Amino acid sequence: MWTGFPLFPEAASTVAGGVDALYWFVIAISVFFSAGIFAAIFYFALRYSRKSLDEVPKPIHGSLALEITWSVIPFLITMVMFGWGTSLFFRNFHPPEGAMEIFVTGKQWMWKLQHPEGQREINELHVPVGRAVKLTMATEDVIHSFYIPAFRVKKDVVPGIYSSMWFEPTKPGKYHLFCAEYCGNQHSGMIGWVHVLSEPDYEAWLSGAPRGETMAQAGERLFQRLGCFTCHRADSPGRGPVLEGVFGSTVQLENGVKVVADEVYLRESILKPSAKTVAGYRTQMPTFQGQISEEGLMQVIAYIKSIARQERMNTPQ
Amino acid sequence: MNAALAPPPSAPPPAETPTHYLNANYGFRSWMFTLDHKRIALLYLASITLFFFIGGFYAVMLRLELVTPAGDLMSAENYNKSFTMHGVMMVFFFLIPSIPAVLGNFLIPLMIGARDLAFPRLNLLSWYIYMAGGMLTLYAMVAGGVDTGWTMYTPYSTTYSNSHVMVMAVGIFINGFSSILTGLNFIVTIHKMRAPGLTWFRLPLFVWAHYATSVIQVLGTPVIAITILLVALERGFGFGFFDPKLGGDPILFQHLFWFYSHPAVYIMILPSMGVVSELVTCFSRKKVFGYKFIAMSSVAIAVFGFLVWGHHMFVSGQSIYAGMIFSFLSFLVGIPSAIKVFNWTATMYKGSISYHTPMLYVFGFIGLFTIGGLTGLIVANLGLDVHLHDTYFIVAHFHYIMVGGAVMGYLGGIHFWWPKITGRLYPEGWARFSALVLFVGFNLTFFPQFLVGYLGMPRRYHAYPEEFQVFNVMSSAGASILGLGYLIPMIYLTWSWRYGKLAPPNPWGAKGLEWTTPSPPTTFNFEETPVVTEEAYAYAQEQETEESH
Ligand code: HEC
Ligand SMILES: [Cu+2]
Ligand SMILES: [Cu+2]
Repeated sequence: MWTGFPLFPEAASTVAGGVDALYWFVIAISVFFSAGIFAAIFYFALRYSRKSLDEVPKPIHGSLALEITWSVIPFLITMVMFGWGTSLFFRNFHPPEGAMEIFVTGKQWMWKLQHPEGQREINELHVPVGRAVKLTMATEDVIHSFYIPAFRVKKDVVPGIYSSMWFEPTKPGKYHLFCAEYCGNQHSGMIGWVHVLSEPDYEAWLSGAPRGETMAQAGERLFQRLGCFTCHRADSPGRGPVLEGVFGSTVQLENGVKVVADEVYLRESILKPSAKTVAGYRTQMPTFQGQISEEGLMQVIAYIKSIARQERMNTPQ
Repeated sequence: MNAALAPPPSAPPPAETPTHYLNANYGFRSWMFTLDHKRIALLYLASITLFFFIGGFYAVMLRLELVTPAGDLMSAENYNKSFTMHGVMMVFFFLIPSIPAVLGNFLIPLMIGARDLAFPRLNLLSWYIYMAGGMLTLYAMVAGGVDTGWTMYTPYSTTYSNSHVMVMAVGIFINGFSSILTGLNFIVTIHKMRAPGLTWFRLPLFVWAHYATSVIQVLGTPVIAITILLVALERGFGFGFFDPKLGGDPILFQHLFWFYSHPAVYIMILPSMGVVSELVTCFSRKKVFGYKFIAMSSVAIAVFGFLVWGHHMFVSGQSIYAGMIFSFLSFLVGIPSAIKVFNWTATMYKGSISYHTPMLYVFGFIGLFTIGGLTGLIVANLGLDVHLHDTYFIVAHFHYIMVGGAVMGYLGGIHFWWPKITGRLYPEGWARFSALVLFVGFNLTFFPQFLVGYLGMPRRYHAYPEEFQVFNVMSSAGASILGLGYLIPMIYLTWSWRYGKLAPPNPWGAKGLEWTTPSPPTTFNFEETPVVTEEAYAYAQEQETEESH
């Protein structure tokens, strides 16, 4: 079926324009240089074609000046590309403050997405236009890669860690979502759509979508079910430290190091408790590796984060 | 009285074919146990051709499947196995050994005035090791195949894939030793066996390129061998190296894998650059421009090539500062390649240029390699690679380097030295025609992949959205032309081996010690060790001495 001859992908995020501009710049330089080389080759091939069988041209050994010129000029040009590309990358790397959060789990062969308010989607993601969205991503099995060509963003989702990326859509529409890292049999089926909605449409979608409990509520239930509360009690330190307010705080470890308790730290505390032990406690916490899915883990962390917020609200300033 | 015994002056000389390495002895054993570097080169020629056509068969299957957006020709599983086998066959069993093991093996002793490589037995052993690795990999293929991709990323390859990863891993592991030993053999030979007077800076650039390649082979291959061994240990025995569930780190695998596999790209392209350097001087009949710069840029590429592996991991979660350094070094490694292209072009300036087939391949090489190299500047760019990583843009980029570059150089070299190898001339008309077919077919196959890559089509997709179809149809059409471009030389080269015109010792009027031997050379190459008194490519030597009279 003829679907036209698209030459350029839709540019629908705040970073897309910058990426395309740099792309055109490198293309322009490349076309210029290849045209120069091709022209020289054609010209020499015709101009100096062999006229008689026994002609022997004069040798030219080389020229230091030329060698330096054609090393230094390309070097300078590539450094411009390097500088431009790197600054673009650095600028695009860190999510802006106050980005809305969405949690992604990759799993052979689907994308599961959870909104903090409780909406859950599979292979579809609804986001409002004009708001930065930060994705916190994990995988249940192999490496996947979350790729939205129209936004020019991509990030591998690597087992054992949280990967994160962000984007800010600029145009309402429906855009491809691909898994870019080969992940087995149905790799090419691990695709979906990102729906960018205008603010009112998004509100309508939010209220229309089956909501159920929020991530934090689901996390609280898991917290009960897995028996975390037997050691982590709200009021007084039991066998484990109080978890209220721990998110975002600085934790003093047994080995003297101080770490900030972010998502990655919480994840590790639950899956590999012995990796970083809180000062004053012996490693008594059992590992929950294998007993909780990445999705569930995200919910538990959402719960721990939520009680950190409540805590902050409750303490009189 | 005596006059009666003398032969009549008009009688032809006795029609006796001189003895050379091909007819010195006959029979299966004389090939299987040969220590002659030239015969071993031919053993490699036959085997890499076999593996090339197996790899090519899979490419045909892939291109057929991709004609339509839906995954309808074969199952996803078979598609995944096909691109895995295509990659493994082409990279490990065709491209890496291609020029070194065939042309390098054949020519290095001839070019440096030696009777053989330093270790002829080791050379034969390398071929047996290569065949053992190849056969094991073929076994993995017929036993049911492997679906990890040639990159074998963990933890998919160690924990999740249900295919014959172990067998293939062992096959590639074994094959690595062949590469290491060949490299070692070349290094020692080039150091120790140069003819008197053949100083380092008189060496043909082909030899310099192979020297640099050998260094990479010796230093890099052990790393991939160990990495694959670790994969096998994790997969077979549950040692936790890469799977986080076993306490490993999946990114560690990528570091180790690319630490070898990026330099491996230079194992493929450097020898091809060596071939181009020889060809461009011969068909311009002029000393190469900037000899030392071409020679040293090979060495620079070999050194810097080891420091850029992280450019495959810009979106893997690697530190952004590491990404920055790898990006910087990747730009840097482009400079020596550019230097080469400029010097080859300058060599043609005021030359005497003829358009024999090898020279057409040089034009093809320079054109395609330039495009491959310049698109390298796009993917080495942090800001752009985020979008392009793991798309068809990458597929197009590396095929421009590895097929447009390495294979074009290989075919150019095969044509150039064909008279020396076989003692026969290939049919020039057919050869020119097929070079053209290849060039057209290649561009039609791979150029559209740049476009569809920027549109965002991920690689290794069995099925794809409809808007990408037009590019994939172009690509598949091009691939059928490209396939034809490989088949025609297969046919006429085989034909010419028997029926081609007999070749004189130096049909091109080329410089270089290999052309002072008969075509084909005798088993021990040189009756007497030659003494070298001039620089490489001294095409104007005679004229200069004439002028000085
Ligand atoms: C057997 C008692 C026990 C159970 C059950 C337990 N923990 Fe712990 N936990 C501990 C102890 C002791 C520590 C402090 C030592 C350490 O860091 O390993 C701790 C530390 C932590 C920390 C780090 C806290 C900080 O202040 O840095 C987190 C987060 C945590 N646990 C979460 C959980 C969750 C979630 C569960 C349920 C899935 C759970 N724990 C179940 C005993 C327990
Ligand atoms: Cu995937
Ligand atoms: Cu690389």
